[in-house]
Amino acid sequence: MKKLARNMLTLAGVAAGLAYAGSAMADDKVLLLGVQCDRTGATQIVGTVLCPAMQDYFRLVNSKGGIDGWTVKGDEIDNGYKVPEAIEAYERQKQMGALIMTLYGTPQTVALNQRLEQDKMPTTSPGFGISAAADGTRFPYLFPGAATYWSQAAGAVSFAKDQLGGDLKGKKIAYVYYDNPAGKEPMPILETLQKQEGFDMRTFAVPPPGVELGAQIIDITQRYHPDFIIMHLFGRSPSVAIKGLKGAGFPLKKVLGLVWASAEADIIAAGGWATAEGYNTLQFAGAGDDYPVRAEIKAMYKKDGKDPPKEMDDTVVYNRGLLQAAIQVQGLTNALKISGGQKPTTEQVKAGMEQIKDFTLGGLVPPLQITATDHEGGGWVQIFGVHDGKFAKETEWFHAYRDVVENAVKTAE
Amino acid sequence: MFHRESGVFKTSYAADMALYPLPIARWAVAVVAALFIVVVPLFCSDYPISILNLILIAVVGALGLNILVGYTGQISIGTGAFMSVGAYTAANLVTRVGAPFWVALPAGGLMAALVGAVVGIPSLRIKGIYLAIATLAAQLIIEWTINHVQWISGGVQASVQIPRPSVFGVQLTSERQIYCFLMFFVVLALVATLNLVRSRIGRAFIAIRDQDIAAEIIGINIFKYKLYAFAISSFFAGVTGVLESYYLGIANYEQFQIDVSIDYLAMVIIGGLGSVLGSVLGAIFVTLLPIATRLFLESFGGIFFSSANLLNVIPNLRLVIFGGLIIFFLVVEPEGLNRLWRNIRNYFRVWPFSY
Repeated sequence: MKKLARNMLTLAGVAAGLAYAGSAMADDKVLLLGVQCDRTGATQIVGTVLCPAMQDYFRLVNSKGGIDGWTVKGDEIDNGYKVPEAIEAYERQKQMGALIMTLYGTPQTVALNQRLEQDKMPTTSPGFGISAAADGTRFPYLFPGAATYWSQAAGAVSFAKDQLGGDLKGKKIAYVYYDNPAGKEPMPILETLQKQEGFDMRTFAVPPPGVELGAQIIDITQRYHPDFIIMHLFGRSPSVAIKGLKGAGFPLKKVLGLVWASAEADIIAAGGWATAEGYNTLQFAGAGDDYPVRAEIKAMYKKDGKDPPKEMDDTVVYNRGLLQAAIQVQGLTNALKISGGQKPTTEQVKAGMEQIKDFTLGGLVPPLQITATDHEGGGWVQIFGVHDGKFAKETEWFHAYRDVVENAVKTAE
Repeated sequence: MFHRESGVFKTSYAADMALYPLPIARWAVAVVAALFIVVVPLFCSDYPISILNLILIAVVGALGLNILVGYTGQISIGTGAFMSVGAYTAANLVTRVGAPFWVALPAGGLMAALVGAVVGIPSLRIKGIYLAIATLAAQLIIEWTINHVQWISGGVQASVQIPRPSVFGVQLTSERQIYCFLMFFVVLALVATLNLVRSRIGRAFIAIRDQDIAAEIIGINIFKYKLYAFAISSFFAGVTGVLESYYLGIANYEQFQIDVSIDYLAMVIIGGLGSVLGSVLGAIFVTLLPIATRLFLESFGGIFFSSANLLNVIPNLRLVIFGGLIIFFLVVEPEGLNRLWRNIRNYFRVWPFSY
């Protein structure tokens, strides 16, 4: 009986929690943003930095008086990179009255995609999800808000072209990718550009988890002898690849990592900044510490008598979190103008998102111009190279081969 | 107290074989059914129904896996892959030939059954943990195939969009409508499983589980019935995959990876091997517990942690509590939630007396 009573107690506790959570809601003058995150799952290395950055930005906005007197609140739910939990999180935040949401993870984004239109719920998916979502007419409520894999591929080829003397004809480019849908996503663009620019390309699939690349490194450096390497790897594998290429004597300044192969953690895991000297990374948010918004956040912490959080040591993923939050706040600001100071509807937030332009946050955010048809905002990327222990700007914000990318977006199924 | 067996006399074979011989049990089942079929869709809002939808999908999959693991004693870590076979079969049928759900759903199940039967062939020679590894291989092979064969996966994204099903010309769009749609198949699966396990086939499964050599000696064709078990179980898994794809509106292979297989295995083990009710309880437990623990922590976590830390603490502590509760329930009752429920029922059967 004792056993039984104990079990009952546990159940009662859970039930009480459920009931309590349901009642503690609703506040006027608050704009609710739903944030999904992954702090415990497969991509926690990103989530544990990205999501605190978003919260920091929301706090910064509130410390400066909010948006026209409205407080922003980012309700965060951890989905653990799982689809059922992402659906539960979405439905909960919808019920709580979220005006805009951050989706987290490619499978989660595609799984929720059909609901967005039905619920008229604007969402951003930072660097995840489908490149075709750049088309605002087909995916009206999904805002990639950052360069998609297709724009990244176009930017990468353009950078390679500059590095190889302005002409790719007859040059050899190796594309090293993680063998999953996200890894294969840039391929249609690369294949089109291969025909257009007349270079030779060979693809090298890295089976997950990609921690053993010895054979591929030899294959790439000894057999294929590429002039340039584009690397689209995730998790632990970028660092293994950097280390391997360095060991094989391949010049790292002829290597470019796409967005998920380009954080501080990858450089450090590859053996440190000295090892990775020259390695190029492609970014959709500015990397480094030299942005006023980062200084403001540090000042905000200092005012509370605290040190800046350790997440701020990361300047790549953290800045992406800032970009993500900043775009949403900007969208809400525009929405408040549309609604005339009233609490905006989700449709008005969507319209607000589609008016974002001339908003760069001191260079951290690219010169986005989000419109009703282009939800990507132009596909801007910037290349940062590893120089003297930090990421240094190689190029300004640029976008390349827009016709190719736009055509692919238009004809995508 | 509640379970009064006295005065219930069985006068026919039909009465003896009834699923619920006691009137009180029949009433209880009727009340539960009415609650979930009538009351819930009428009075619940979208959010609880969306959780119930996730549970309903999990119930079908857990039932199927329990037929294989619980009733036949053949372990499988390939459920996720069989689900993906069903999902992609249905997705391709829907998008290429415009098949309605009543074609796509059984077709997905049958294709999964076929693949499952092939995967089950090694079960004649290998047992236990070795068979687990063979099914693990199947999981990885199927994942790889779907990822690389674009004819199946429909492009480098490996995801195929499926429109929501139409019933009698009405497209099901709201959570409520999908709930009723899913509920129909859950009831079907429950009734089918309850009847399967007391049929000739089900008894053969149980005989194989308990002692396969003895089963062979009394004339059960082990090979045939093991393959039946794999096929039936995979059929359920395939249907689960189709239902999930319909619910989400997309078939995406990343939704059916190895962690999904392990989740389903956890459901049948926690719920109770070899019981229908156990599968249901397990599916509820594994789906609901993470949600419940998070809500609980969000409500009361503020007492113990500062709000700045809370966002980081909740997801991690949730995993700890989730794992801890699984261990707790299994230590309290190693035979699963189903046995726990039976203990409670038996206690109240003679209450207030001790026997």
